This record gives sequence, structure tokens and C-alpha cells, in this order.
Amino acid sequence: MAQREFRIQRGSGDDAHLETYTTDVGEGMVVLDAVHQIQAESAPDLACRWNCKAGKCGSCSAEVNGMPKLMCMTRLEDLPEDQPVTIEPIRAFPLMRDLVTDVSWNFRVKEKIKPFAPRKPDNEDGSWNMQQDDVERVQEFRKCIECFLCQDVCHVLRDHHLHDEFYGPRFYVYSAALEMHPLDTENRLEQLKDDGNIGYCNITKCCTKVCPEHITITDNAIIPLKERIVDEYYDPITKLFKMFKPKK
Amino acid sequence: MSDYQTHEYDVIVIGAGGAGLRAAIEASAAGVRVGLICKSLLGKAHTVMAEGGMAASLANVDNRDNWQVHFADTMRGGQYLNNWRMAELHAQEAPDRVRELEAWGAVFDRTKQGRILQRNFGGHAYPRLAHVGDRTGLEMIRTLQDHGIHQGINVHMEVTVIELLKDGDRVCGAFAYEREHGRFHVFKAGAIVMATGGIGRAFKITSNSWEYTGDGHALAYHAGAELMDMEFIQFHPTGMVWPPSVKGILVTEGVRGEGGILTNSEGKRFMFEEIPPLYQGSCAEDPEEGWRYVTGDKEARRPPELLTRDHVARKIVKEVKAGRGSPHGGVFLNIAWISEKLGAKSEEHIKKKLPSMYHQFKELAGVDITKQPMEVGPTTHYVMGGIRVDGDSQMSTVPGLFAAGECAAGLHGANRLGGNSLSDLVVFGKRAGEYAAKWAKDNPAGSINNDQVEAVAKWALAPFDRGESGENPFKIQSDLQNMMQDKVGIVREDKELGEAVEGLGEFWKRAEKAGSDVNRDYNPGWHTAMDLKNLLTVSEASARSAHIRTESRGAHTRLDFPDKSDEQAKVNTIIRKAPDGSMQVEQVNRAAIREDLQKIIDENK
Ligand SMILES: Cc1cc2nc3c(=O)[nH]c(=O)nc-3n(C[C@H](O)[C@H](O)[C@H](O)COP(=O)(O)OP(=O)(O)OC[C@H]3O[C@@H](n4cnc5c(N)ncnc54)[C@H](O)[C@@H]3O)c2cc1C
Ligand code: SF4
Ligand code: SF4
Ligand code: FES
Repeated sequence: MAQREFRIQRGSGDDAHLETYTTDVGEGMVVLDAVHQIQAESAPDLACRWNCKAGKCGSCSAEVNGMPKLMCMTRLEDLPEDQPVTIEPIRAFPLMRDLVTDVSWNFRVKEKIKPFAPRKPDNEDGSWNMQQDDVERVQEFRKCIECFLCQDVCHVLRDHHLHDEFYGPRFYVYSAALEMHPLDTENRLEQLKDDGNIGYCNITKCCTKVCPEHITITDNAIIPLKERIVDEYYDPITKLFKMFKPKK
Repeated sequence: MSDYQTHEYDVIVIGAGGAGLRAAIEASAAGVRVGLICKSLLGKAHTVMAEGGMAASLANVDNRDNWQVHFADTMRGGQYLNNWRMAELHAQEAPDRVRELEAWGAVFDRTKQGRILQRNFGGHAYPRLAHVGDRTGLEMIRTLQDHGIHQGINVHMEVTVIELLKDGDRVCGAFAYEREHGRFHVFKAGAIVMATGGIGRAFKITSNSWEYTGDGHALAYHAGAELMDMEFIQFHPTGMVWPPSVKGILVTEGVRGEGGILTNSEGKRFMFEEIPPLYQGSCAEDPEEGWRYVTGDKEARRPPELLTRDHVARKIVKEVKAGRGSPHGGVFLNIAWISEKLGAKSEEHIKKKLPSMYHQFKELAGVDITKQPMEVGPTTHYVMGGIRVDGDSQMSTVPGLFAAGECAAGLHGANRLGGNSLSDLVVFGKRAGEYAAKWAKDNPAGSINNDQVEAVAKWALAPFDRGESGENPFKIQSDLQNMMQDKVGIVREDKELGEAVEGLGEFWKRAEKAGSDVNRDYNPGWHTAMDLKNLLTVSEASARSAHIRTESRGAHTRLDFPDKSDEQAKVNTIIRKAPDGSMQVEQVNRAAIREDLQKIIDENK
């Protein structure tokens, strides 16, 4: 069995540093397997998050060779063999320890966004009729596994640290799923404009590139939301039309 | 005096999967203070991994479906060991719980008429599983989470409960540590709902995550609650077998529901060879009829790949043992073949219906399932056994302690039908939340016993006393998993079960010597050392229960007793902690089934 070298960020605060480990690697192994193996062999206190090991829960986000990745879906065979594998925690959030960061900010942002508010049921049993075509877009957004990799790469959070003013791509996707939900009656545009400052997004599309669920975050969620905001708040002619047209 | 922070609630819910979230929402709606505790972040519980769907007789796809048929299917699937009251309530209430999810924002796949679409699954007579592609669990947990965060529930994430606190007979709180800094917390509570999920980590090959160390089962057991039917562990027939690092990861039954077939190395569809007596006459004659069934022909009968999981898993083991397996010790599961029927659009169809399976195989195994067959074999998946509860209220045998979801026993009997878990979570999660809130209102709060708190705090820190000189907890865990896989696995016999019970005695001793190093900050080695107690408790309960059930029924297969026994059809296995601390296991007669329910079963035979 071949051996490979791993450089894993350890520690917390000012003490955070890269440490080198060597372990056996076999066919098909993913980065998370290597982390577990190192944990079991030589570093039982090596902190990392994971649950499903199948790209479904979004727990194991990290930066592998500097790229935001799910550790459980990153095969070692796909990483250059002539150099060690570097594993670091995601950077847009405060470090707790080793590979674990404090992502609680994300949960607080979500709580601020106005919840789903459906129209009255269509049928007596309390259910609704929706066509598959009409729910497809929302289903794309609802694939999100909350890995926060998109938040990690967004420069507004990562470099400018505007966590207090900006919701981040994950929560524009979340908002878009609500706004475009065929049953929803709420309006979140003002909130997205003034509290979520979606305007700070300058459509770099970095978020879309890293999404492991292949959600087209920018084109399908952020841009349409921005357009709706323009329509509602800045375009006088549309505004006039709106007065005669029902919402949605 | 040890250091800890105290929190006070009327109801605490331990576990934030489908069952826990639904319980917390219900308890909160009853106007009591609710605390929700989970080991991972919110939204990451096992429920997120569920794929195929959620069973409910909505009758949107086949109008012959109704709760009676769902009830009869569940009982038959469980080989009549189910708690019939739970099976009744489950079948009756599941449709409302599905519609409720829609009202909270869930977006299920649709029929042409715009209703919730339902798919076929093993053991269900009609297309019954509401679903969203193959990520139904994600839809459920996210819906409950996004609704739940606006209901005034206090969530404690990455906090692990290690003991239930008692006042006399009843529970009055829980002792926990937080992952981040390893600090202790005491939760005072009027009533407690356990919703901690399963025990799959007791086995080497499993579809389950690190969380599934049987905590809820073990905590309840040590607090005096009875467990039931712990010999019934579901080995899902289709887990990945290659590459080695992904061995055990689930391949949803939805693949077979969409027309996937099982073949051996000779290319033979071996499932046609043997149809169990309970299902004679309800199975397709030939592949053609099977295909008509999965494409919605109401006159057709199900293909044998859609028989119950216990049967399919055993058949796969048999093929492999007979030397007709796939290169890596499984058999072939083929969905690509449907191109013969659908032509060029089959690729699109498979990607649409099974998107995460497509990605899982593409990314983890380099296999394109629209073109190539998958290699699959059985994997430890689900535990039917659990905390013994009252069918209506979900209260355990300990006053004030409730249980719902996978950690509770009863609904599934000897074998669970696919899709019946997600519906179980919301039906009984709701009930547990409702009755726990009521119990907390009706009974004065208990008081915490300081000696108990001190004792558990001391126990929790003991691995640090042993430090580096203690044994590596990961090694103990892995050895235990190997032993359980070998001796209490998919086919069992007297000798091996006896050895397992004996071997566990040794493991108990090793667990007491497990050591942890460094400090209490987010330290997985320490967590694993503490988890061993739970893993050993559930392993012992399973091994002992399996040892005394001298028959083969549902998921429990004995080489030395290959047939069903009429005598043991009448009993459930009850496990409790004896006053001397040892584990007592006995078979107890079941309550006679209500006549009207028996009639429904007979009419649906
Ligand atoms: C891969 C896979 C696919 C599946 N597909 C389907 C399907 O299609 N249909 C279906 O019906 N079923 C399916 N199942 C089964 C079903 O998903 C599970 O049985 C179900 O989700 C369990 O839900 P739960 O609410 O009981 O527990 P979980 O969702 O597992 O939640 C358990 C919770 O308890 C917490 N917890 C545990 N111990 C402690 C502790 N000591 N202290 C604090 N918190 C604790 C955990 O952190 C977690 O929040 C599938 C299972 C798997 C693994
Ligand atoms: S497209 Fe917008 S949200 Fe996405 S990374 Fe760029 S700036 Fe951030
Ligand atoms: S949108 Fe994509 S990248 Fe962002 S949190 Fe969701 S799954 Fe992750
Ligand atoms: S462990 Fe779930 S996404 Fe990686």
C-alpha cells in the first residue's frame, strides 16, 4: 500500500499551525478517510466534523490544497501525487479548533429571514396543486446541504468580513427558494435589499463554482432576486404597472 | 464539586432528526418551554441522509390505496411482531403528516394532476412513497428545521447527553457535555423525549454515521427503561461494496423502485428463483410483468427485487456464498438496462429520478449508473428494536421518559418496510411531543440528585486520568465492530452468539481502560471513549436477544433454526437492567390483536 503525506491545520487561535502526518492510502480513498485514519492511528484529538460520508449532510467542509471542498467527496487520486495534501478549515468563520469552525452565524442569519407563508390550500384535505414544471426551480435551491462552502469563498464575507450586513450566497438561495415557491405569499425583497444588502454581491460567481450540489447560485437565485428588487424599487414604469397587477 | 451550567425546561428533546424536531415543534405548540439537544449541527442528523421517500396512503397515484392496506403491509412486512396499535396509528396519521410538511414548505415531486407524487417500494402494495428525487430526508429535515426555528424552541447544538437524571422512578433531567470546550451542562426537565436514532456503528459495514452509537437506547436502559426486540437489525440489501473506503454507503431502494434489477456473475436475475410463502401470488411471473409494475400498470405484480429487505439481503448473501458474486464480493444492481425500454431518454430519466445515486457512484466509484451496473451488498442500516413505548403516548416504562423515531421499538416488528421510517418520525414525533408536554404540565418538576451528577461527571473525566497509558478508544471501537459483524451479523447461530456475549464481557473491561489525551476541547478521542458504553450496551442487548430467539423471522436469521416458530410468533423480547446491574433478557407474550385489525389483515392477505 502506498503512503502519502498530509499537512493538517491543528490547534486554535494564535497557535493554529500545519502539522505533517503520513498514512497508508488505498484505492478510492477520500480525504475524510485519511483524516479518520490519522485520528485513529496517531492523533485521537484531531477535531473534524462529518456525518454522512456521502456528500449529503454538508458537515465536512474544508479547504483541501486551498480549494473549498467536502472532504468526503474528494478522492485522493484526484489530488497531485507529488505533493502533500494540505487540509485546512474554511476561513470565512471563526476557528474553533483544528478543522472545526464556528458556523453559528449562519443559523442566526436564517432566523432573520421571514418564514414561509403559504396561500390557502387548494383542496379540502389541506393540500395544494402544483405542477412539476413550476416547482423545479425551487427544488434546485432546496438541494442545498448547508455546507457553507459558498459562504466561505464569497469575498464579501471572506475578505471584507461584512457578516453584519450581508447574508451571503447560501441565504440568497434560501430566500430565492421562498420567493419563488409557488405557494408563498410573503415579500422579502425589502429585507434582502436593506438588511441583507444583496447589492454588495458583484456577481463574481465564485459561489456557484464551489457548490457541491451544483446549484446555479448566481444565475438562478441572486440575479433574479436583484432583478425583482430593481423592478419593485427602482423602475418607475414597472412600479406603475404593479399597481394594477397582482403580486406573483 | 464539578463545574456545570444549568438549563431549565418543561420538555427536553434529545435528538434533532425528523422525530426530535417534530416532537419539539409539537411540545412548543402546547405552550411549554422546550429545549432541543443534538450532537451535530442542526440539520445534519441522520434523517438528512434518507433517500427514497416517506410512506403514506395518500392514494394520489393509485386510488385503491388506503390506511387499511398500509397497515396490513406494515404488519406483514414486520412478520406480525409489530405493536399493532402503532401500526394502526401510523397508517392512519401518515397522510396528514405529509400534507403538514407541504404546508410548512416542503416541495415534493408532483403527479401530472399537480398532487404529491408517490413511488413504489419493497413490500408496499401500491405506489406509496412521497418523495423528492432521492433526497427525501433532506427535504424533511430542512422543512422541519426551517419551520422549527420560528417556534420558540431553544436549540443546543453539538451537545451530547451522557446520562439521564432521575428523581425516584421518574426522569427529571439530563447530564451532557458540549463538544466545543468539553464543559458540562445539566438540563432540568419535566419530561424528556428521546429521539436519538439508531445503533449502526456497532457494526463494521454500515450506512450509518458516527452519531449512531445507540445513545438513546443505552441512556434509557440505564435509567431503568425496558428495551424491546433488539435482535431485529435491518441489513439493507444494497450498500456500496467498492472501493473499500465507501463500503456500506447506502444505495437507495428507489433504484429498484424505478426498475433496477439484481443479477449475479452469470447474468442471471436470481431474485426470480425463490418467492417467500407470505408473498406467493403477489409477485410478477416474469421480467415483463415486473417492468409493467414499476411503470405503473395496476394489473401487474411487483418484481421480486421489491420483496422485503430481509429476503433480498439473504438472497444476495446466498449468491455471493455460492461463488456467483461480483468481483468485489457483492452482486450487480443494474438500472442502465432500462435503455432497452426507454431508449435514449433513459439517461435523462435516471439522472432525474436518482440524482444523488448518479453523483455518488460517479464521484466515489467512477461508475456511470446510466451506462454500467453497480456492485452492491448488504449493509447494517436500521434497528427495529428500541425503547419499549406505549403505542398512543410514546411513553417508555419510566415515567416522564418518552421515545420516538428509530430509537423507539414497536412499529416495524421483525422488519421495517422502506419509507416507513420517515413517516414514523413525524407521526410518533408529534405524538411524543404532545404527550410529553402534557405530562410535564400535569406533574410537578422533580429535583436533581447531586450525587448522581457528581458520579457521572467523575466517570466522564476518567479517560483523562488514564491519559496516554489508557487504550486507544478508536481501536476498541473498531475491534468491537469487527466482532459484532462476524458474530451477530446477517446470519447467526448459537455458538457465535454465545461467543459474542462472552466476548462483550472482555470489551466492557477494555472500555474501562480507554484513555484520552490533551484536553477537553473538541476532542473526538475522548468522545469515542465515552460512546463505548452505549455501543456496548446496545451490542449486548442485540447479542443476547438474538441468542434467545431460536427461530428465523424477518431480519433475524438463524442458521441453526432456519424456520419460523409458532411459539415465538407470540412473543416480543424484553431487555431490562436487573438490580445487580446485569442485563436481563426475556420473551414476553404479546397482547392479543384487536379483532377489527385482525380482520383487516385477513382481508388483505
Ligand atoms: C442512508 C440512509 C437512507 C435512508 N433512507 C430512508 C428512506 O428513504 N425512507 C425512510 O423511511 N427511511 C430511510 N432511512 C432511515 C431513516 O432515515 C432513519 O431511520 C431516520 O431518519 C431516523 O430519524 P430519527 O429522527 O429517529 O433520528 P436521527 O435523524 O438519526 O436523529 C438523531 C438525533 O439524535 C441526536 N443524538 C443522538 N445521541 C445523542 C446524545 N447522546 N445527545 C444528544 N443528541 C443525541 C443526534 O445528534 C441527532 O440529532 C434511511 C437511513 C439511512 C442511513
Ligand atoms: S457571486 Fe456574489 S454572492 Fe457569489 S461569491 Fe460572488 S459576490 Fe459572493
Ligand atoms: S448553496 Fe451550495 S455551496 Fe452553498 S451552502 Fe448550499 S450546497 Fe453548500
Ligand atoms: S460527511 Fe456529509 S457531506 Fe461530507
